[in-house]
Amino acid sequence: MDLPEAQAHVNAWLQEASTTFQKVPGSAVLIRYVRSSYQNDPVRSAIELVLVIFFIRYLLAPSYSTSKQNYVKLTEDEIDELVEEWTPEPLVAAPTAQQEAEAEKLPVIVGPTGPKSKLANGKTVTNLASYNFYNFNANEQIKEKAIQTLRTYGVGPCGPPQFYGTQDVHMKTEADIASYLGTEGCIVYAHSFSTISSVIPSFCKRGDIIVADRGVNYSIRRGLEISRSSVKWYNHGDMAELEQVMRKVVQEQAGKKLTRRFIVTEALFETTGDINNLPKLIELKEKYKFRLMLDETWSFGVLGRTGRGLTEAQNVDPSQVDMIIGSLSGPLCAGGGFCAGAKDVVEHQRVSSTAYTFSAALPAMLAVTASECINLLQSNPEILVQCRENIRLMRAQLDPRSDWVACTSAPENPIMILAFKPEVVNARRLSVDDQERLFQECVDETLANGVLITRLKTMPITQHAILKTNLYTVTPALKVCITSGLSKKDIEKAGVTIRHAITKVMTRKTNNKLGLPAA
Amino acid sequence: MPRKLSNPFSSSTMSSERRPSHSKGNRLAGFFSKSKEQQAVSHHQGASPQMAGSPSPLPTISLSAVGGEELNTDEPPTTLFEPPSADEAKSQERREAQFGPLLDVNHLYISAHQGGPLETPIEDEPAYYFVLTTYISYLLLIAFGHARDFFGKRFGDKKHYQSLKVFNGYAPLNDDFDNFYVRRLKLRLDDCFARPTTGVPGRYITLIDRKSDDFNRTYKYTGTYTQTLNVSSYNYLGFAQSEGPCADAVEECVRKTGLSFCSPRADSGTSELALEVEREVAQFVGKPAAMVFSMGFVTNAGSFPALVSKGCLIISDELNHASIRIGARLSGAVIRSFKHNDMGDLEKKLREAISQGQPRTHRPWKKILVAVEGLYSMEGTMVDLPGVLALKKKYKFFLYVDEAHSIGALGPRGRGVCDYFGIDPAEVDILMGTLTKSFGANGGYIAADKHIIDGLRMSNAASLLGESATPSVLMQILTSLRLITGEIAPGQGEERLQRLAFNSRYLRLGLKRLGFITYGHDDSPIIPIVLYHPGKMSAFSHEMLKRKISVVVVGYPATPLISSRARFCLSSAHNKEDMDRVLAACDEVGDILQLKYSTGIAGGQEPLPDGVTPEMEKEWRRANGLEGVIKPPRWKLDDVIERGVQDAKEQLR
Ligand SMILES: Cc1ncc(COP(=O)(O)O)c(C=O)c1O
Repeated sequence: MDLPEAQAHVNAWLQEASTTFQKVPGSAVLIRYVRSSYQNDPVRSAIELVLVIFFIRYLLAPSYSTSKQNYVKLTEDEIDELVEEWTPEPLVAAPTAQQEAEAEKLPVIVGPTGPKSKLANGKTVTNLASYNFYNFNANEQIKEKAIQTLRTYGVGPCGPPQFYGTQDVHMKTEADIASYLGTEGCIVYAHSFSTISSVIPSFCKRGDIIVADRGVNYSIRRGLEISRSSVKWYNHGDMAELEQVMRKVVQEQAGKKLTRRFIVTEALFETTGDINNLPKLIELKEKYKFRLMLDETWSFGVLGRTGRGLTEAQNVDPSQVDMIIGSLSGPLCAGGGFCAGAKDVVEHQRVSSTAYTFSAALPAMLAVTASECINLLQSNPEILVQCRENIRLMRAQLDPRSDWVACTSAPENPIMILAFKPEVVNARRLSVDDQERLFQECVDETLANGVLITRLKTMPITQHAILKTNLYTVTPALKVCITSGLSKKDIEKAGVTIRHAITKVMTRKTNNKLGLPAA
Repeated sequence: MPRKLSNPFSSSTMSSERRPSHSKGNRLAGFFSKSKEQQAVSHHQGASPQMAGSPSPLPTISLSAVGGEELNTDEPPTTLFEPPSADEAKSQERREAQFGPLLDVNHLYISAHQGGPLETPIEDEPAYYFVLTTYISYLLLIAFGHARDFFGKRFGDKKHYQSLKVFNGYAPLNDDFDNFYVRRLKLRLDDCFARPTTGVPGRYITLIDRKSDDFNRTYKYTGTYTQTLNVSSYNYLGFAQSEGPCADAVEECVRKTGLSFCSPRADSGTSELALEVEREVAQFVGKPAAMVFSMGFVTNAGSFPALVSKGCLIISDELNHASIRIGARLSGAVIRSFKHNDMGDLEKKLREAISQGQPRTHRPWKKILVAVEGLYSMEGTMVDLPGVLALKKKYKFFLYVDEAHSIGALGPRGRGVCDYFGIDPAEVDILMGTLTKSFGANGGYIAADKHIIDGLRMSNAASLLGESATPSVLMQILTSLRLITGEIAPGQGEERLQRLAFNSRYLRLGLKRLGFITYGHDDSPIIPIVLYHPGKMSAFSHEMLKRKISVVVVGYPATPLISSRARFCLSSAHNKEDMDRVLAACDEVGDILQLKYSTGIAGGQEPLPDGVTPEMEKEWRRANGLEGVIKPPRWKLDDVIERGVQDAKEQLR
């Protein structure tokens, strides 16, 4: 083919292309635009053309995802071979010897739980391992109310709150809690352990900033992990460091778009039992414009004159705390948890908190039980006085008198956390595992003497791979839960039993190879 | 405490009526109705109370027709020689409001797979016109929403916009953008959600009437109650009852054992009762061991971290429940998803995952866990278990099946998807389920081999730290389980299972024949019908409420933008009359709102003439020149009801 012929071909083709192009609606406008722009400024046309080509190329380019970046192309046969070769690890690792031993020794309660509980091995023991602080579990009046509710509502509400699962009893319980605490509103969840794990991510999103105490419990850690917010830590209970961190956040964020900022902490800490300083928290939060999420799971129904929690104990107006999260399943003998706060805060959760929207509502009888127990606490604050007296008695038996352990809990906390004294740990060079094992022996020894206590379960925090930015290690500890259902004599006797059991374990030949503690 | 109304259909006509003039006249403008309504709402705020979905005291003809007819047919069939005393009659009425009597022994069906591979339900689509107008509706809604936000934030009522703006140095609590859907779309139909109820969520459910004078921002309670037919609760086997063996056992248990165990399982919350429930649950689902939790959500959210960790892969169905997604995220494993119930896509994802190994390092995965649900609660589809298991043999992944909705609701013995397909439960590694639904209790379980459960017990945060199930809940589980297996009151459990299966097929067939597009498999007790237009969600819900039926409507973001739907959850507590009532209401409302979209490809066809069996259909069609001819089904209600019982028991067409 010679040149002129080719030229003719190209011309004909161009001709045809241009007529078809002109048939396309809107093409006239385009042509006019190109023409006029070329006339005015040919360079601009060229630039525009380049841009258009670039844009088209960009649109047509395959999208890259990070996983594809080092993708290896394989043939079907090779893939089959790889599939053939691949062997997965077992789904669940075989339990360790200690875990197995523990599982075997797990006490099984027969009949009701109470200050004295019957175990499956036939023994009746003093139960200092349950959150039945006021023995509401044995209250006939509340049981009667629960049964009445059963006879009106059945057991389960058979649906999530958004789909006909909201019953009038739930609304009443919410109103009761709100008026008890003195907040604008309240939302009841069906599970206490899941409440704060769900509340945090419903407010804290990517880009938001959370400042949290290093000692917070596992539920909070879950919430922080799911939220995808940026989490900053301060040392457990260190208000000076908290302020430092907050100041730094404010400085770093200055000039940027304002993001939500939260302080997340506990009132009574689950793993250490000590109490927070709410007035200081409020002062800081107002100074630096943070919102405060306070986990009162272990202090609701416990602290304060009528058991309203940390706000009552430290005379803080509850409306200054943005979100108060609490439990109805511990001393209140019901089930579920709640979050109390302003109306906005509560209503927002009803649509965006996963554990609320995607889970069935609380059984009506449990909601009523919670209301009834709150009523009791409010009208008979002496219940709390009685329990505190027992705490004092038990503490006197353990804390100053034991050579081995010290109680880190606040004086009003019915959950006494007993950790090894630092000198014991140092002198014997006890690793965390050693401590766990020794405490398990203490639990067993105590049980053998008729008192049921338990050990802090640290495993989820230490083993689950969440929030590795927090280097805090949980100290293993014994957990002794006091109840007002026991007489003075019983408490003192149980205290002596526990103290002796600890001493016995610690002075066992197999355990004291490393010598006695210095003190 | 409020008591139930004595008659489900009387007296509260006044409270359930809303807008008598909505019907008929709207036909023409049917598809536009919502956009118009919405514009009306957005324009004259405070003008038309009728828009707000509040009851107004005007009765309509249609209700009295439906209600009156029902009233007559609903007379209990106890025409014995002796009329029951007033008290007896009352207690019987109460009982039947929770669990309806079976009207005919014919109204039973055994839920089981009929062999062969599980067919994907055909997804019908409406005329293009409906799809287009749906998109336009959303566009309008979104445009109006943004316009209102724009002006509202600048000139609007401070109270309503405060939470969106920086206030006093605090960033807004709600993201403008995240929250847009809630404020601008959901608020319009807010009164269809979270309707407060009282009493047992059984066959009927009693709603507490409320109205709103400020476009659903706040509600006022009118002090009246409406008893409605309940096709919304997950009460599959009808165990939501305040009397009968379950309630009796629970009452005794509370008297003897108290209210709570007040402790996590790992401390002192393990009771003999809990262990017994776990044994029974394990036996029921056909696994060596099981553990029970006090919430279904946390069963998932807590178990994934205990099963998989970094270096593992979770392949999850794209429509899996939020609890699975949260659990997966907490586990630290890599998460991928595959197209809903699409075995081809799952295989592709598996081949890629195994051959490529972990991202960047190409190390082989430690383990791969495939997570599926037995029955999907928004779609009504069942997992293709035979398909998944065939892949499992080849690709050696572990399988986690969430039977939240399928346990109790599927299978000839009610034991979930394995039972339904006749598959040995040993082939599935982990069977999880909730006790909230079919059992009328609360909580969830995990069943697996003993060593897996033993391992989980020691490593599952929810059992180490979370509260244990209460005695009342445990006893409800135990008793309902024993009723299903026939250990207590033999025959009753079986009847419950078969009634549920019959109701499911009967209603689904009826809806198809009336011309609705339904989603899901035929034996599924969850029957979604597609509404498309966002405005039809609230209209449907209100129209059904007017006819004293409470339904669940769901839309974006719980479903794809286009396919807003209403969902019926059936129960053994319903009988055929209840199904007919739903059909009659749907027939009317479907005409008013133009919901009969189906083209016929997904069923609802005329029955074959006598002597022609389904196998011969192809030939018969060819012989009669009917090949490829599909008529949009628009049956008359009477015909649907007449043929329903017989046809529901054959292969649905
Ligand atoms: C598939 C699935 N898993 C888990 C759950 C949570 O169960 P529960 O309501 O008992 O928390 C649900 C409930 O809606 C569900 O549909």
